[in-house]
Amino acid sequence: MSTVTDAAPVAAPAHPFGQSVRDSLVVARRNLIRMSRIPEMVIFGLIQPIMFVVLFSYVFGGSMQIGGSTSSTDYRNFLMAGIFAQTVTFATAGSGAGIADDMHKGLIDRFRSLPMARGAVLTGRTLADLVQTALTLCVLAAVALLVGWRVGSNGDTNAGKVLAAFGLLLLLGYAFTWIGALIGLSVRTPEAATSGGLVWLFPVTFISNAFVDSGNMTPWLRHIAEWNPFSATVQACRELFANPGRSASDAWPMQHPVWASLIYSVLIILIFRTLAVRKYRSAAA
Amino acid sequence: MPGAIYAEGLVKTFGDVRALDGVDLDVPEGTVLGLLGPNGAGKTTTVRCLTTLLRPDSGKAVVAGLDVLRQPNEVRRSIGLSGQFAAVDEYLTGRENLVMVGRLYQMRAAAAKARAEELLHQFHLADAADRPAKTYSGGMRRRLDLAAALVVSPPVMFMDEPTTGLDPRNRQQLWEVIKGLVSGGTTLLLTTQYLEEADHLAHDIAVVDHGRVIARGTSDHLKARTGGERVEVVVHEREHITTAAEVLRGFGKGDITVEEHTRRVTVPVTGGAKLLAEIIRELDTRGMEIDDIGLRRPTLDDVFLSLTGHAAERKDEETGEGGDEDASAGDRGRHGSDAGNRKNKKEAAR
Repeated sequence: MSTVTDAAPVAAPAHPFGQSVRDSLVVARRNLIRMSRIPEMVIFGLIQPIMFVVLFSYVFGGSMQIGGSTSSTDYRNFLMAGIFAQTVTFATAGSGAGIADDMHKGLIDRFRSLPMARGAVLTGRTLADLVQTALTLCVLAAVALLVGWRVGSNGDTNAGKVLAAFGLLLLLGYAFTWIGALIGLSVRTPEAATSGGLVWLFPVTFISNAFVDSGNMTPWLRHIAEWNPFSATVQACRELFANPGRSASDAWPMQHPVWASLIYSVLIILIFRTLAVRKYRSAAA
Repeated sequence: MPGAIYAEGLVKTFGDVRALDGVDLDVPEGTVLGLLGPNGAGKTTTVRCLTTLLRPDSGKAVVAGLDVLRQPNEVRRSIGLSGQFAAVDEYLTGRENLVMVGRLYQMRAAAAKARAEELLHQFHLADAADRPAKTYSGGMRRRLDLAAALVVSPPVMFMDEPTTGLDPRNRQQLWEVIKGLVSGGTTLLLTTQYLEEADHLAHDIAVVDHGRVIARGTSDHLKARTGGERVEVVVHEREHITTAAEVLRGFGKGDITVEEHTRRVTVPVTGGAKLLAEIIRELDTRGMEIDDIGLRRPTLDDVFLSLTGHAAERKDEETGEGGDEDASAGDRGRHGSDAGNRKNKKEAAR
């Protein structure tokens, strides 16, 4: 054992940014190990979007009008961008519950008593969630292909554009996990974080262009849908995938969906990361 | 020069509840301070303030020569914290937990691994090193938690109720570990509800109640304040209680206390062991069968009761002696319920 006069065997603080990256990766690794030890969580996380793909394709397909067509093939091609986007945003609940669980179990106290970068616990968590989201998207894309989804169904696209669309989806998912992080730090129990992370996602994802043509909504609802950050990503994906049902609205995010999606996601990250890290620093478990 | 842990006038309020109401502490380097008090007394809040987890509303705190409020990150490099709830990741193995903590103390990967290996052996966790902590017993989890707090051999350690909820065997084991640690020169602040624990481990004891330190001293000092020894007899047959009381009255120096359900008779005495022998002879002469007899010195329980007017922990055997207690009985009742409210409010405030 050392005494007060001994120097603690701790390296001098690295460059703050380097330390922040390193600490975040240590925490991300920890969360990924956890996920690999609780595979049922990952599997349940997959079942829901797969169910949505199948249910929406077969139940709604054929009765929905997309660009004047009621063909169920058109609806499927229209639908997938919406389901992908909804799926990535649902990661919010997972990151919120994970962080609330860490608070509850006293792990956040442990982390906060360590000389580590302040934002690293949250960044590590959101990065691990990003990996899970990417995995989910891969499986989901495979299922979508099975039920008949095809890129380039209504125009030209290429591999680069398709990858860019998935990139936008991942960025949106990453942005939303920061909202989840803030929720997780603000509630008392993991259960509250799960439901608190989900309830508001339903209006956000449904008052949008994800599942229906927003052009058919009442004007005030249509405006909300068209300016909804979530709709921008969906519209951008449809454009990049060259899938049908792109909104012809004059609203700026619908006209420039790729830019809008990028700007929205970056803004969400900046705002909610700032709020969440501030909350973390003063968190009283 | 202030000690390795020094606090002056720490105040922390949660809403309208004053969890800390001016706590002063001074722990000399290499010693152990036991922070003793009931639930909601402010022990945990004190630890949280000293370990940078909570910012006090006012007051001053210095740990390992560093100002806790101005240099929190430097303080974090010099302390180890072991919590009331074993704060380890239950899905990570023991080894993964320790390596992670080492890395977050900014150790290099190789050094963190080597240190984890060392600690796993030291804490008898080597066999379970590659099992998720979820599969550990309560005692193993506490040892892992403690090991995590010791990754960098910090000069100052904080342990918040390290043995709460452990069975006696595991508690004993953990005490041995803590003693070994302290003999190595670590300064330790330990909170506990167990008077026996403070008695066993701490050089000095600070009794906390309602967010203030209400008494301070060695275990012996505190016991001396409560005074006298007493003889306790547990008779075998219920009907012998009266006779035993009669015998004790002859030898004692005060009021007899009788506990019917435990068949225990107690009397304050002076004269110690010699007197005890005489009492045994006398009881024997009267042909009484005894389950237990002993000379009891005041416990920290008694100390706590006389200082705060309420017991530190719920116990089966309530000590019911002393006239001066009765004088403040009403006051005590109010005290007790205040403490209860305080705790509820504190929890609500979270």
